Amino acid sequence: MLIPHPLLGPRDAQEFTYLGDAALLNRPDPASGTAAFCDYVYLRDNPAGTHRELWYHEYGDRSWLLVTRDTLSHEILDVRLAREVKTGGTA
Amino acid sequence: MRFSGFKVVKEALTGHRGWKPLWRDPAPQTHYDIIIVGGGGHGLATAYHLAATFGQARIAVLEKGWLGGGNIGRNTTIIRSNYLLPGNEPFYEFSMKLWESMEQALNFNAMVSQRGILNLCHTDAQRDAFRRRGNAMLLAGADAELLDRDGVRAMAPFLNFDNARFPIKGGLLQRRAGTARHDGVAWGYARAADQRGVDILQNCEVTGFRIENGTVKGVETSRGYIGAGKVGVAVAGSSGRVMQMAGMRLPIESHVLQAFVSEGLKPVIPGVITFGAGHFYVSQSDKGGLVFGGDIDGYNSYAQRGNLPVVEDVAEGGMALMPMIGRARLLRMWGGVMDMSMDGSPILDRTDVDGLFFNGGWCYGGFKATPASGYCFAHLLATGRPHETAAAYRLDRFARGHVIDEKGVGAQPNLH
Ligand SMILES: Cc1cc2nc3c(=O)[nH]c(=O)nc-3n(C[C@H](O)[C@H](O)[C@H](O)COP(=O)(O)OP(=O)(O)OC[C@H]3O[C@@H](n4cnc5c(N)ncnc54)[C@H](O)[C@@H]3O)c2cc1C
Repeated sequence: MLIPHPLLGPRDAQEFTYLGDAALLNRPDPASGTAAFCDYVYLRDNPAGTHRELWYHEYGDRSWLLVTRDTLSHEILDVRLAREVKTGGTA
Repeated sequence: MRFSGFKVVKEALTGHRGWKPLWRDPAPQTHYDIIIVGGGGHGLATAYHLAATFGQARIAVLEKGWLGGGNIGRNTTIIRSNYLLPGNEPFYEFSMKLWESMEQALNFNAMVSQRGILNLCHTDAQRDAFRRRGNAMLLAGADAELLDRDGVRAMAPFLNFDNARFPIKGGLLQRRAGTARHDGVAWGYARAADQRGVDILQNCEVTGFRIENGTVKGVETSRGYIGAGKVGVAVAGSSGRVMQMAGMRLPIESHVLQAFVSEGLKPVIPGVITFGAGHFYVSQSDKGGLVFGGDIDGYNSYAQRGNLPVVEDVAEGGMALMPMIGRARLLRMWGGVMDMSMDGSPILDRTDVDGLFFNGGWCYGGFKATPASGYCFAHLLATGRPHETAAAYRLDRFARGHVIDEKGVGAQPNLH
């Protein structure tokens, strides 16, 4: 897979490490209780199709990317810098 | 039709005209007492044990494709019970014991071969960890032996013992572990379940659940609505997709795992050997092909095919462990979709919907679990209580903080 990095252009996916669902950007409010944190840490939508996910450019510029990818075809539909994405609400 | 040596000889002498299909192809009935969704190893073993062990009747297995098309026919066929944690090891040893008797019970040759598994260690710390794991195995009634370097050399002289970075220091050997013919396992359970009256419905995809007042009433399928008293879901890599139709989110991500087979070679690998420094494991099939694999690709996927970086990684692991593998030519490679759970251990439990039960989260290790998973899921469906060896596999263990994390890496499926 080639990931089109917004600053560096197409980069080999091997340069990245994968974290998972971009919903991890939406950490619940500390006051929201253990049930909310349990959902946040452990439960996933795990869709077959479009998936928004976090990749870290470890062997590159060390930026976090928010990649939108089709889990059925591996096609990458959109890439942006995670730091430019507003958190809160639905990621 | 019973299989026997006599039957084989008779058929050989009479032109093989007496063989029959192994199971019927019935039309769906309008209602079953128990419906199993997913005709992989786990679903078929569950149906078999429901009928044969727990005396249940009016059972159907609904499979969206054909039997053996899922992970049951895609895995690298390793069976073993060499786990560490108390939530896991008794279950996998129960499974190992069932493997030892299942061919007789099913009257089917699944080519179960207890040729042993050898996990190699490369550092003193790793040897200490193996000693601890071996002791945990012995406590659960399994077998385990710690081999020193010479012991490993006697078994597998061709390994690269003096790799400068990862010298081989010894290994943990489980002699009762081994391999089994993966799709043969599906066929064996399917035939035995069918003989006991289970309807196996292929090309029957479940597309929804009918749930009324918190109780499951039946399933919508590509072959029409079918009513059910209880529904057990065992769909492996499709767990997220199917349980979503019942409104559930799971502690599971789907990932792709690849496997590789070389051309047929003369016997060279004595059992299953795993590299302890990278992730590479290898065995040799009875046809002579080297069967090997490594890590999952590491990103969410439903594609049933992987990418080249893992191919390279597996090839590097193979070359580091046994350089002679570089002379073998690769014949086939493929991928399967794994139901990777958040702690690397499976889930066998009831759900918040009455009558709806879930079996999944087997990660890359559910083949060895097939007999016990079937037995324990049938136990749960028939009695409403978890089997004693599967009591730790509850869905709420994550909320309770009782995760079963063999690797200790936390809620990150691509690291398990
Ligand atoms: C490459 C690879 C190597 C592996 N190696 C090993 C190994 O060496 N040892 C080991 O122990 N394990 C191994 N595994 C893991 C093991 O194969 C799986 O954990 C196990 O097979 C999963 O259970 P199953 O057999 O029931 O799954 P499957 O055979 O995948 O069965 C699930 C079935 O559900 C069906 N289904 C899905 N959705 C629906 C629906 N909506 N309606 C009806 N049916 C549906 C699918 O078509 C499928 O047939 C490996 C897996 C892979 C991919």
